[in-house]
This record gives sequence, structure tokens and C-alpha cells, in this order.
Amino acid sequence: MNKPIAGGAGSAARLEVVLPHPRATEPRRLTRFLENERALAALLLAPTVLVLGTFIAYPFIMGVWLALSSTSVGNVGEFVGMRNFAKAWNDSIFRTAFGNTFVYTFWATIFKLTLGMWLALLLNRHFRGKRIVRASMLLPFIVPTVLSTFAWRWMFDPTFSVLNWLLYRADLITTKLPFLSDGTYGMWCAIVVNTWRGMPFFAITLLAGLQTINPDLHEAASLDGANGWRRFWYVTWPLLKPVTLVVVVFSVIQTFSDFQLIYVLTGGGPANSTHLLATYAYQVGVATGLLGEGAAISLFMLPVLFVVVWLQLRYLRRMDGA
Amino acid sequence: MLIERTWKKWVYFYIPLTVFVVGTLFPFYWMLITAIRPDAELYRSWRAATNTPFWTLQPTLEHFRDLMAKTTFPQWLWNTFFIAVASTAISLFCGLLAGYALARLRFPMAGTLGTSIFVTYLVPPTLLFIPLANIIRTFQLGDTPWALILTYPTFLIPFCTWLLMGYFKTIPRELEECARIDGATRFGAMLRIVFPIAVPGILSAGIFAFTLSWNEFIYALVFLSSPEKKTVPVGVVSELIRGDIYFWGQLMAGALLGSIPVALVYSFFVEYYVTGLTGSVKG
Repeated sequence: MNKPIAGGAGSAARLEVVLPHPRATEPRRLTRFLENERALAALLLAPTVLVLGTFIAYPFIMGVWLALSSTSVGNVGEFVGMRNFAKAWNDSIFRTAFGNTFVYTFWATIFKLTLGMWLALLLNRHFRGKRIVRASMLLPFIVPTVLSTFAWRWMFDPTFSVLNWLLYRADLITTKLPFLSDGTYGMWCAIVVNTWRGMPFFAITLLAGLQTINPDLHEAASLDGANGWRRFWYVTWPLLKPVTLVVVVFSVIQTFSDFQLIYVLTGGGPANSTHLLATYAYQVGVATGLLGEGAAISLFMLPVLFVVVWLQLRYLRRMDGA
Repeated sequence: MLIERTWKKWVYFYIPLTVFVVGTLFPFYWMLITAIRPDAELYRSWRAATNTPFWTLQPTLEHFRDLMAKTTFPQWLWNTFFIAVASTAISLFCGLLAGYALARLRFPMAGTLGTSIFVTYLVPPTLLFIPLANIIRTFQLGDTPWALILTYPTFLIPFCTWLLMGYFKTIPRELEECARIDGATRFGAMLRIVFPIAVPGILSAGIFAFTLSWNEFIYALVFLSSPEKKTVPVGVVSELIRGDIYFWGQLMAGALLGSIPVALVYSFFVEYYVTGLTGSVKG
């Protein structure tokens, strides 16, 4: 990048000597303007604020308005107060979806954390082929969720399930398990797939945390006679807690608002028994076209997300202060 | 390292690690084996003695051929690629500028702005897709790639800003100050001194943003409707299932081909991707 550009380093000064015409004043005024920290900051932040304002803040306000109105596709609604929320709350499918969302988030997060921590500890050791194993472990996380969930759906197929075949061959079952054709089974299948997809994220992030721990600490602890479990509990875990908290927060937000996995795996069925808040909001708001009610259902996610984000912010502040 | 007995190493290390590897990779193997298996073999009774689910003796590329020739899959690949590249470029541009401003410049409300960008980072797309669909309709962007190119940055910009802000903070201020003493403007120093040093961070943010937009689903599902305009994830879900019939061979071929571009990008830049991933949460 050798070409001098307007307001660029050095070149401006040279231009001044060679070309003292009025033409040079335009870039100079711009340069002077950009030397002002506030002006430069405003200029640099403008695109971001514009995009986020138009496509996050504005839709958010509009979402609140929609939730308080009776809008549906092709029909500008009127203000109805809290009626959409009340209607949702008295709807048994909504209640199921609401409960499912908590069950799904709770168990999936527990499994992801435990298995992810275990995998991170395994990957932190030295073994042959370490690099390739580490790299391949992230595959479930980088591949489009929808596509990998299709592979799972095929593995859970009611007629041709390979898992049923395996269990049958191993003499563990005599009739097929109704993986996705039963609500309870379906929910647990979704939790398994979510765990499969999200665990690598935990493992790799925790692994990054583990690698910052000084090995001398472990050496010292084992010289003091601490066994593997105690070394983990008294040395590794306390040092890993900050990273873990952040990863859990991210995962809880994503799992709580999950949509694609259920949409592909069960579509909310059988008989609307495996809906999450997001998939039910989609069904009501987009598939049925009741925008107001759909927006109200997705806003039910807000209090939980709010608490989680608030915890995260408070934690970040404390880290900054320390 | 601590010395361990061999059997202990097997029980505590090799066996669990093998289980993890097999469990993680099996669905991908299953995708592959389904994609190359002829239909006659795919739909065989699960109790049949001749059933050999884990391999096939008659591998075929028929499903891939059908997918490429008889469906709009190649078009979806192109759409996804174009949308992912364009939204990543927009997000990197915004993220670079905003990240620099937040990391280096002093101005009123800097803290509040930083916090609100972080909060938007945590807002999940499923919270806003219904009102956003309305807005897209008002702007008459529905069913065009621009609906996605302009909305994907809502979750990419906060991430890029956050990651690059962290990166800029690690670059010593003295470098810029030297350049400024030598006569560089503030803007020039940013452009020619700070940004070039931040290339690894930019690469991390870019790769991570690319994979995120390649994988995005709900906005693409809601904002696009014509079959030839869809992205890979949405196209596979909505167009490869005719009526109630699942053509599993073709579906798995599509899943495999749709995953390969991100897998390739990832495999070439594993280190950058991991930096992006861990940086995205630590900030």
C-alpha cells in the first residue's frame, strides 16, 4: 500500500509544499476533523450502530408492539394489551413447550459440561495423533446443525434405525425403541443430539483454559500426595471456573433459544409434545401467520435471557475491577 | 508427566478417548455410508439376516449425481457461499472500525456502547425473527439474498467487534504513538500500523463469521421462499423431502456436500478457528 491516500500518513505534509492550492484544503479539513478523538469514534462506530440499530433495536421494539397487538399476516392489528401472553399461558401446548425448554436446557448443559470437561482433560494429555484428534473433535460444532441433525434423524428412523439394529443385535431389545415417535423419547433424543453438537465447544474452550494452567502446580500437588481426583478438584477446577462460567452462559443462551435442532429432528411432534419456545413461536407466528401471538411466545424467552446476560455482565465487571 | 501403569492408562485414557472419537465421528460416517449406498440396500428390513448396515459392497454415486443434476443444489451452494462471504465482509468492516474505536479512543458513552454491543451479541436470532420478518417485508427485501446479507451481521458484528477489540488491546499503544510522532494522522496510524498487525485476529474473526453464516438457519428459513434462492441448510430441509417421503440417500449426499466447504475452511485454518472460538467467549 504505497499509494498516498487522502489524509494518509506523511503524504499530506508533502502535498502541502508542492500544491498550495485551495484544493488541498478539503482533505486537510477532513484530516483535522479525524484528529478529534470524538469525531473519529463517531465515524468508526456509525456503521455498526446503524446496522445493529436497524436490525436489532428496531425489531425488538417492534416485537414488543406485535406481542401487544392482534397483528396477523396481511392484517394490521390493534392494541390488545396482555391478551396474547394470557392466551399463550392458558394454552397447554405452550405450557409443554415452556417446560420442555427448561428440561432441554438443563440436561443438555449438564451433559455438555461434564462430557466436555472430561474430553478436555483427555485431550490435554500427550499422545500420538493429538493434533488430528483435537481437530476432528470440533467437527460436530462446525458442520451446519441442520445437516448433521438429519443424519441423527436417519439414525433414529422408525423403520431403519441403525441404533435399533445395534441394540437388537446386542440382544438388549426385542422390539424397536420409539425414538422419535414418542414425546419423552423424542425429548431425550434431542438432548443427546444437542449434547453431541455442543460438547466440542465446551471441550475446546476448556482445553484452552487448561493449557494456561501452570504444570508446576500439578507437580507440586502430586508431590504433596494428592491423587488425580483431588488434583482436579483442588487445583484444576478452581482455576478453570471463570472460563467454565462464561462457556456455560453462552451455551445456556443458545440451548434455551434453540430452534433448528428440534425443527429438523421432531418438528415439535409427535402431537406437539417436543416443542421448544422458539419452534412453537415459529409454528404460531410464521406457519399459522399469527404474528402477534408468535411474537408474544418468543418474548417469553426474554426474562431468562435477561437474567443470564445480567449475571454475565456483573461477572465481567468484577473481572475488570480485579 | 506422572508415571502410570499400563492398564490404568487404558482404563482412564485410551478407552474413554476412543469412545469419544467414535461417538463424535459416527454420524459423519453414517452420512457417508448412506450417501453411497444404493436404494435397494438402504431400505432393507432391520431384522434381515443379510443386513450389513456398516458397509456396502455396491457403492454408488447415483445419489450425488441426482442431487447435482436433478435438484437446485448447486445453486444453493452458490447462494450460501455468496451470502456468507458478503455478510462476513460487511461484519469485518464494521467490526474492525468499531473494535478499534472501543479499544483505543476515549469518548463519552464508550462504556455504555461497548456493553450494549456485547448485549446484542447475546441476543439469540430466535427472539427477533418474527418482527424482523415484518421489517424485511417493509423494506421489500423478502426473498432476496440481501435479506440475509443485511441481517446476518446482527450476530456477526458484535462477535467480530468483541474479538477484535480484545486483539487491539494486546497491540502496544507505543507503535501508534511512534507513527504519529513521525507525522501520521490518527486514521492513518490505524489503517497502516494497527490493522496490518491485527491480520491474525481479522482472519480468526473472518473464518468464524464465515462458518456462522454458512450454518445459519432460521433467518434463511423465514426470509426466503423461492426454491432457487435458498441456502443449503434450508434447501436440504424443505426441497429434498417431497411430500412426506424422505430420500435418505440424496439427503445424506446433500448433508455431506453442504458440510464440506465449512469443513475445508476449518481444516485449513484450525488454529485461527480455535482462536476465534475461544476468543469469542473470553473477549
